Amino acid sequence: MTKTWNNRAWFMVLPVLLLVAFSAVIPLMTVVNYSVQDTFGNNVFFWAGTEWYQDVLSSDRFWNAMGRNLAFSAIILAIEIPLGIFIALNMPRKGWGVPICLVLMALPLLIPWNVVGTIWQVFGRIDIGLLGRTLAAMGIDYNYVNDPFDAWVTVIVMDVWHWTSLVVLLSYAGLVSIPDAYYQAARIDGASRWAIFRYIQLPKMNRVLLIAVLLRFMDSFMIYTEPFVVTGGGPGNTTTFLSIDLVKLAIGEFNLGEAAAMSIIYFLIILLLSWVFYTVMTNAGSEK
Amino acid sequence: MLELRNVSKTVGGEEHIRDVSLTLGHGTLNVLLGPTLSGKTSLMRLMAGLDAPTSGTVVFDGEDVTGRPVQKRNVAMVYQQFINYPAMTVYENIASPLRIAGKDRATIDREVRHAADLLRLTPYLDRTPLNLSGGQQQRTALARAIVKNAGLVLLDEPLANLDYKLREELRAELPKIFAESGAIFVYATTEPHEALLLGGNTATLSQGRVTQFGPTIEVFRKPAHLITAKTFSDPPLNTIVLKKSGPVFQLDGGADLPAPAALAGVADGNYTIGFQPHHLFLRAPTPEAVPVQAKVTVIDITGSETFIHLVYADARWVMLAHGIHHFDPDEMIEVFIDTRHLMVFDETGRAVASHEKLAA
Amino acid sequence: MARIDLEHIRHSYGARPQSDADWALKEVHHTFKDGSAYALLGPSGCGKTTLLNIISGLLHPTEGRLLFDGNDVSTLSTQERNIAQVFQFPVIYDTMTVYDNLAFPLRNRGVAERDVDRRVREILEMIDLSDWAKRRARGLTADQKQKISLGRGLVRSDVNAILFDEPLTVIDPHMKWVLRSQLKLLHGRFGHTMIYVTHDQTEALSFADDVVVMYEGEVVQIGTPDELFERPKHTFVGYFIGSPGMNVLPVSVEGAQARFGGTAITLPGKPRTPMGGAIELGIRPEFVRLGREGMPVQITKVEDIGRHKIVRARLQDHEIAAIVREDEDVPAEPHVAFVPEKINIYAGSWRVAFEGESERTAA
Repeated sequence: MTKTWNNRAWFMVLPVLLLVAFSAVIPLMTVVNYSVQDTFGNNVFFWAGTEWYQDVLSSDRFWNAMGRNLAFSAIILAIEIPLGIFIALNMPRKGWGVPICLVLMALPLLIPWNVVGTIWQVFGRIDIGLLGRTLAAMGIDYNYVNDPFDAWVTVIVMDVWHWTSLVVLLSYAGLVSIPDAYYQAARIDGASRWAIFRYIQLPKMNRVLLIAVLLRFMDSFMIYTEPFVVTGGGPGNTTTFLSIDLVKLAIGEFNLGEAAAMSIIYFLIILLLSWVFYTVMTNAGSEK
Repeated sequence: MLELRNVSKTVGGEEHIRDVSLTLGHGTLNVLLGPTLSGKTSLMRLMAGLDAPTSGTVVFDGEDVTGRPVQKRNVAMVYQQFINYPAMTVYENIASPLRIAGKDRATIDREVRHAADLLRLTPYLDRTPLNLSGGQQQRTALARAIVKNAGLVLLDEPLANLDYKLREELRAELPKIFAESGAIFVYATTEPHEALLLGGNTATLSQGRVTQFGPTIEVFRKPAHLITAKTFSDPPLNTIVLKKSGPVFQLDGGADLPAPAALAGVADGNYTIGFQPHHLFLRAPTPEAVPVQAKVTVIDITGSETFIHLVYADARWVMLAHGIHHFDPDEMIEVFIDTRHLMVFDETGRAVASHEKLAA
Repeated sequence: MARIDLEHIRHSYGARPQSDADWALKEVHHTFKDGSAYALLGPSGCGKTTLLNIISGLLHPTEGRLLFDGNDVSTLSTQERNIAQVFQFPVIYDTMTVYDNLAFPLRNRGVAERDVDRRVREILEMIDLSDWAKRRARGLTADQKQKISLGRGLVRSDVNAILFDEPLTVIDPHMKWVLRSQLKLLHGRFGHTMIYVTHDQTEALSFADDVVVMYEGEVVQIGTPDELFERPKHTFVGYFIGSPGMNVLPVSVEGAQARFGGTAITLPGKPRTPMGGAIELGIRPEFVRLGREGMPVQITKVEDIGRHKIVRARLQDHEIAAIVREDEDVPAEPHVAFVPEKINIYAGSWRVAFEGESERTAA
């Protein structure tokens, strides 16, 4: 049999391939190169082998930052996913309330990262910030500049404020796709509110929730702008996440080789964790 | 003429279509009959060029079109769902294939009005599809397929989502429309009744295979295989496995069924006997009819007829009796098998002789 | 199980119904007897699903009352009405096993696990899914899923009524026969009050003890399948039930005779007066005899559909259909005659009773 598919279709994909090559593959290869070389400047490079990788993997600094990253991702997922589902469940399904809710939910998503950071940075300041002053007035000792706990709370609240909407919108999309007959049948079967959630809504939201978890995980694991703007990684190193550390290493200390090795490791970790998440969740979904 | 030559389609290791060969002529109506997942839609997709076959060739009017994509063929398709452009009026919907073909305004107007007239849509030309009933929406989709003037028109269960009576009306009109256009029509359905009403030719499908192809009434009356007979029977075909011994078929605990003359020379052994529900009788239609005692399970009364569900030995049968009859569940009744219309299949399921020969 | 009384039920989806057309349900006043099987039959948009949803409590009627065994349930929720309903498309709980799907309505009501098990096994047996009990419902075919939906509707023995909303739409023809006879069997065994909505006459007629025919928000006739077939109260019933529907011809009536064109047709009796509106004669294709006697016709088409033939012909200026048995031949010079006792006379589309006819059929 002869396939006469139109081979010209491949030309259509060419621009994308070029774009991906220039924006992803070439920078990635450069980084890979840096990670196995050492330099003293003047464009003179020496072969370093896996030295940088060993350095990175044996440094406390890296593992501490990694620990903070994982903790941060775990905390915001634990808050945003249930909260997002809860809000979506309580949003109206029809009537004039729908567009209003949707616009309200979409608003935080439209604000650029650094602006979000700046808003919260100002909002929480104890001298001029609304939140900071209010808390101080209530007698709560809140200072995100000095207190590591307060700094964490601020960064987490900020992320929740910024990104829960995404989970809400995705869950909502899943919820509205459930035909009415399901709810009617459940009422007739005498199902409780919880049973309806557990056996109808949750299974139907399964796919979108998987996407929500993946997106939120990857995004939060790579978080940079907001904590950088608000806390600058402080106080001390308590909010220094991998990405912030990476920038410090590469630009602050101009340690290109080590930074390159670190970013490769970082990249592989995200890839690995995303893959694990994906397999676990799709398997859970399709198990017989 | 559309020819499929030994066409197969495998998707992910699963055989959707197995070695199908069919020849469909211009101006004919061809029904694909089979249950859900028997391969009707897969076969249509191959005919349309939406999919390329894994092996085999598709020839249209003498030209090999295997693997040629649907955009490059002159094909129209109508689906079970009512698919129209929701924002356009019915007129614009019907006109759309003509506009794409770049016809002039006068031609478009003439053809749209002709198709609208044919499908009784003239009063609704200015409405949008969502303001129409299901039947009118599907008429619009059909009209669009007609004006396209395609050489091949594929209808995939087009009436399945319509009300019973609407279905009846539209089904009565379709053959007339087909006859006018001269295209090759292919019509998929799960309902034997619909195939019979449409007439034309029928291909029965089972598990991706075409089990028989021919004039509809002939396939119905002379199924060459047990599978075909079962596919083409609604209510389900009554069957029973019997042992032939000399001149008789032995019924367990019942009377012997005399073997029809045409089968006299056939070897002894096990055979499957099949007969239609309307060939079972409460009173002997001929002196030769064979009486059997069967147990009633359920009766359905439709007003003019009664369906009596029976159990005989291990077999579940349905009997279609004229008039209204009442029986109690579990009652034993005597019913008569009309031996003139028996179908006899051997152990591989192949028909031993067509029933007309048997009747002779 | 309960008797269901519908007292002057009217329903409108709009807030303020003004004209007649605003009412989705014009006025329904009827009693569904305890333990009977009913079918609500009619074309889409006739109000049959609206009526079903009012009974199940998914809709609250604009006007009127609903009684279960004499108790007013109009304001009760679906749950409180204690009914079961099966929908057009299979509704199953994907993540549960087949067994748990069936057990769900029982467990929700705190039935003891031992009784749940007994009941579920019984139902599994009936719907022929015993071997699939431990499988997750997700991977099943549409047929099997709908069987689970049916099973869930039947699993509770204490329900007031079981409602079906076109439950066999997605089922292949062969399976329809099996499921329908199983339903019928179950009805015989447990005697539930069953209400079955459908647009398919075969389904309605073969399922129900009494069929409620609806048209444009109104009940046009309630009767047994043979009443609907032999004595359609309205020409719509004659058209809607039967395939093809009843032949309707304009006539004039004098005494016990109808005149069609120049021909006199004998009627089963003298129609009771008064008669207003257009007078029509209705005769089912099953009772049109094709032969050498009667009125001459031109045959336009013969549809051989296996177990019988549908003959379409022109009688003067009217289309007429006749049903001819499988082994009968169509005569060369065809004439049609009507079986006199099967003729009905309509005035303004409503049937006129004949003198001496019993009350039941005249009603």
